[in-house]
Amino acid sequence: MSKEKIVINGEEHEIASGKNLDELLDVLELEKRSIAIELNQNLIPKSEWVNHIVKSGDKIEIVQFVGGGF
Amino acid sequence: MENDSWTVAGRTFNSRLIIGTGKYKTYEENAAAARASGAEIVTVAVRRVNLTDKSQPILTDFVSPKEFTYLPNTAGCFTADDALRTLRLAREAGGWSLVKLEVLSDQKTLYPDMEETLKATKILVSEGFDVMVYASDDPVYARKLEDAGAAAIMPLGGLIGSGLGIQNRINIRLIVEQTRVPVLVDAGVGTASDATIAMELGCDGVLMNTAIAEAKNPVLMASAMKHAVIAGREAYLAGRMGLKRYADPSSPLAGLI
Repeated sequence: MSKEKIVINGEEHEIASGKNLDELLDVLELEKRSIAIELNQNLIPKSEWVNHIVKSGDKIEIVQFVGGGF
Repeated sequence: MENDSWTVAGRTFNSRLIIGTGKYKTYEENAAAARASGAEIVTVAVRRVNLTDKSQPILTDFVSPKEFTYLPNTAGCFTADDALRTLRLAREAGGWSLVKLEVLSDQKTLYPDMEETLKATKILVSEGFDVMVYASDDPVYARKLEDAGAAAIMPLGGLIGSGLGIQNRINIRLIVEQTRVPVLVDAGVGTASDATIAMELGCDGVLMNTAIAEAKNPVLMASAMKHAVIAGREAYLAGRMGLKRYADPSSPLAGLI
């Protein structure tokens, strides 16, 4: 099975080819509530996660809310 | 006191205290302090999800967005572009448009870079955000931010995390008098009396983090801040007595034996 080499939150990962962003979250075992995703510096709304297939060279940021003051 | 609410960007709140969720030892302590403070709004940061250690506690499990209004902020952003990127992500993650903008200038002072702050405010307003803006205590920039469509002006009382109190009461008062949107002192509060002073100056609210989080007993300090904000607010509404240079007896002079 072919693999895609991608960078998630600054770390290199290899995932199976053909996965979209929604499926990527399943592979990473991440909860889907209260998170946001950037694909190559572009914000991808939740409703469009399924339309973006992850491919080699992609840089992905997955963020959530954490404690923070100012 | 009944019905002394305030409204920012169409949302009405009863508590005039906003607290941060940083620097606490644990999220449990953070949640206990938030409840003791009576705050309805908490500031939160946006950071990368930890992919390697998923057992780490998650803020939303302790300080729930169902219980508190999350106010995403741009702590750690030093350019307008960084701040814009952060708040666009925050709106997507949370699904709401009320945010706190801060664009900082340097690590030593964390003083707001007002040129970048004004630039980012204009862009965020054009994108439909309701922007509460961390600002210097300069009345001129406060006016420019308001004209740009800021939902609230949040001048610093002192440097972030300094606990030095309200350093320039005259400027805070000038900003309160000229501003039609809410004004909240943000940063500098060290102890309860500082929060009271901010409210006595006529501010609509106070935002603080370190004063509670780094108190020896954060939950007790949170309670103190709740009362301090209420005391200052009531004193402002009551209207203080005039200052006099000499004594003025409180008991009647007539009928003295």
